Amino acid sequence: MSAFESELQAVADRVVEQARPGEQVEAFVARGGETEVRVYQGDVEHFVSAQSEGIGIRVIHEGRTGFAYAGTLEESAIAEVLAEARDNVQFGTVDEWAALAEPDGVPVTEQELWNERLAEYPTDDKIDLAKQLEKLASGTDPRVRVDDANYADAHGESAVASTTGIRMSGRENGCYVSVSTLADEGEGDDAETQTGFGFSVGRSPDEFDLDRAAREAVDRATRLLGATQPPSKRLTVVLDPFVTAQFLGVVSSTLNGEAVVKGRSLFRDRVGEEVASPLVTLVDDPTNPLAYTATDVDGEGLAARRNVLIDGGVLRQFVHNSYSARRAGTVSTGNATRGGFAGTPGVGCLALSLVPGTRSQEELIADVDDGLLVQQMQGLHSGVNPVSGDFSTGAAGLLIENGTVGAPVREVTIASTLQRMLLDIVEVGGDIDWLPMRSAGMSLVIRDVTMSGS
Amino acid sequence: MIERDVLERVLAGAVRGGADFAEVYAEDKRSTSAGLDDGRVEQVTSGRDRGAGVRVVAGETTGFAYTSDLSEPGLAAAAAAAATAAKQGGGGVRTVALTPSAPHRPNTVQQDPDTIAKAMKVELLQRMNDAARSHGPEIVQVSAGYGDSRKQVLVANTDGVLTDDEVVRTLLRVSAVADGDTGMQTGYQSMGHTIGFEVFDTVDVEELAREAARQAITKLRARPAPSGTMPVVIEHGTGGVLFHEACGHGLEADHIHKGASVYAGKVGQQVASPLVTLVDDGTMPGEWGTLGFDDEGHVTQRNVLIEDGVLTDYMWDYLRARKDGRPQSGNGRRQSYQHLPMVRMTNTFVLDGPDDPADIVSSTPHGVYVAKLGGGSVNTASGDFVFGMTEAYLIENGEITEPLRDGNLIGNGPKVLADIDMLGDDFAMGSPGTCGKDGQGVPVGDGQPTLRVKSLTVGGTSS
Repeated sequence: MSAFESELQAVADRVVEQARPGEQVEAFVARGGETEVRVYQGDVEHFVSAQSEGIGIRVIHEGRTGFAYAGTLEESAIAEVLAEARDNVQFGTVDEWAALAEPDGVPVTEQELWNERLAEYPTDDKIDLAKQLEKLASGTDPRVRVDDANYADAHGESAVASTTGIRMSGRENGCYVSVSTLADEGEGDDAETQTGFGFSVGRSPDEFDLDRAAREAVDRATRLLGATQPPSKRLTVVLDPFVTAQFLGVVSSTLNGEAVVKGRSLFRDRVGEEVASPLVTLVDDPTNPLAYTATDVDGEGLAARRNVLIDGGVLRQFVHNSYSARRAGTVSTGNATRGGFAGTPGVGCLALSLVPGTRSQEELIADVDDGLLVQQMQGLHSGVNPVSGDFSTGAAGLLIENGTVGAPVREVTIASTLQRMLLDIVEVGGDIDWLPMRSAGMSLVIRDVTMSGS
Repeated sequence: MIERDVLERVLAGAVRGGADFAEVYAEDKRSTSAGLDDGRVEQVTSGRDRGAGVRVVAGETTGFAYTSDLSEPGLAAAAAAAATAAKQGGGGVRTVALTPSAPHRPNTVQQDPDTIAKAMKVELLQRMNDAARSHGPEIVQVSAGYGDSRKQVLVANTDGVLTDDEVVRTLLRVSAVADGDTGMQTGYQSMGHTIGFEVFDTVDVEELAREAARQAITKLRARPAPSGTMPVVIEHGTGGVLFHEACGHGLEADHIHKGASVYAGKVGQQVASPLVTLVDDGTMPGEWGTLGFDDEGHVTQRNVLIEDGVLTDYMWDYLRARKDGRPQSGNGRRQSYQHLPMVRMTNTFVLDGPDDPADIVSSTPHGVYVAKLGGGSVNTASGDFVFGMTEAYLIENGEITEPLRDGNLIGNGPKVLADIDMLGDDFAMGSPGTCGKDGQGVPVGDGQPTLRVKSLTVGGTSS
């Protein structure tokens, strides 16, 4: 969120003013809108235009917490939400650490998260962008069809206020285009279809690179045509930047302060120890304006900040919100997350990245004798257990032999454990890509991973 | 929720510019949830979501807008926005006359969760916490969650359809962490039904918690899962997700229309082992994917998708059925009033086969026995799908032996369906699921008897 005095602040303030003696009250108020255009075969398939708003209220009294929300800002509904949150307090267990965040004096790094150009962008031009992208993606390779082409934007403003002195409001907007492709080859029983996708994100449509989005969608769909299932073996994997970003997302859950204080992180007792290859320096930095998820403030209204989590392979710290920090005997790292008005703050990395190396993906591959360039991972939610560290996902990509990429493979899994994979990182690529996720990507080389196939 | 004459005027206004079709979907949902973690009831949450989505279809184009304002001006504004978005040409005045559908309530709710004291809901969590922790000293952490909701749904459209439905949901989940020399392991159980609090008259919540604890403790002595292709036996009531991914999504008519499914053009053809009869049924009393009407106001029904291995039909929503000039199948669903409907599954399951489950294991010399599956995902165009195993064992010489660590299995839909070579006679429904598609999650159920896939790739690390 970019600092901006929203009229929603007054709504939040009015709730907090109703706090009774001994009560801590926090109100989070949000309002937003979205536009979504889907184009298929030159026509608009659907066009969605909508607004929504709501409020979430948290009440803490004598160590017990209650919460309620409603998807409306009508006065009577707000009164009902406050009453429900108060009623819910009695059912919580007394928790000596339960308390709202307090201002910590860390200055806010201002971010440019609101773009006036996007706010005024004409609707017809948004539709045209999706049509252009569909045309670009369908015109380059006769094997490729477009499944759908999309334009989407969203804008939101929010305000938070609390009896502990938090008072913050802001707004942001953003947009993206995306395209899904299908590539066909063969006839009858040999007929085969593979899929691809491409996207481009921006603070305004002026930042889009439609050509790159179309090219990547075509490449992703066609490069796996003719893929077969190879025999199982142990090898070195080179992860594509997009795949690395997904991998870092899994790693981040083990560095979550809430998982640590509740004994669910496999790194809970390892601060100061070597948990990764010396090449690994992992930083969460939402103040970096290049990050897609850059933000001024976290979900509790504290300043977002740069935190080094792993430094040269050594675990330095976890990320915390005010609750997990209090339990861990430390201070918030500005990592409260909030999914909207319907929930209370959690803990999480906000904009994670490895410090990149220097070499390109081609140079990394040139050093691999026997490996797999992983271009797709499937099933990260089902085959990875961040508590035990067991890691197993579906994968597709290209085999690497003696430094060059060769045949495409599909229907394989790659498996190891998170603990081993971090230690087995051989090189971090220099090809950093700020993707529309909470993690940035770059090529990453990990040795001794099991590929399961036929 | 909204008067009939208001709906008629809003719908007539939405098609005044010449659109083919307009629809109002309104919902009013109240929910309660409670979470226990680390021995504490962290918080009870009350939620209220209320609003309407208006859809206007003109030719191939759909315009959609939603609002949390259910007054006539609020609905009219959303209808105008949706109509503008659909950009229809032409014009002309149409009147809309709505005819209420006869009620269809597959579920009988005896104890509306709104009438149950919150303290009783919280008490369930404490009982699960105590049961899991007392199951063994290895259990170091327990988290438990309770959730209920009561959602009133109203659908009205320019074809004259007017339905109202009420869906009550009750959900319980528990996860346990065990710690030992080999590190930490996890166990998870859940139950969910579309009925009220009376579900706890029959469900043993302590047993659910002990089961999660047992799973976590068992895995402390698990060895790495094997790597490679082998026979896989899947226990009844856990492997429905296999069919959900291997063919369910591929039988959704939106994927078929865009040629993005391996099952396109295959009706009447053998697509699975002759043992397989696959059904999607939104009317099963109390099941997680059950509804009276789908989210387009079409009555839910039982649809046979594959019969004795032969593909009989796909699943349909309003738009796809209209395009093909055929009836809808009650599979038009959406996450909430803020979402467009699309083709979705309800309760998807495979009917009983001829085999004794014990024979399935004893006739497998070497393979993997999966006692509990996790989630999965599929690429409908290529047919490749994965699903996770969260409790599995090695099969050696026809016997279930050592436990295995978590991992994914990977396969190709049509190949795996053809490779089902044994099917048990012990059908059971599985745990409640949330199916994700195009950014929307909807509740679904699944089920199957014990079965064997003669060849599936197991994604472990042990050769």
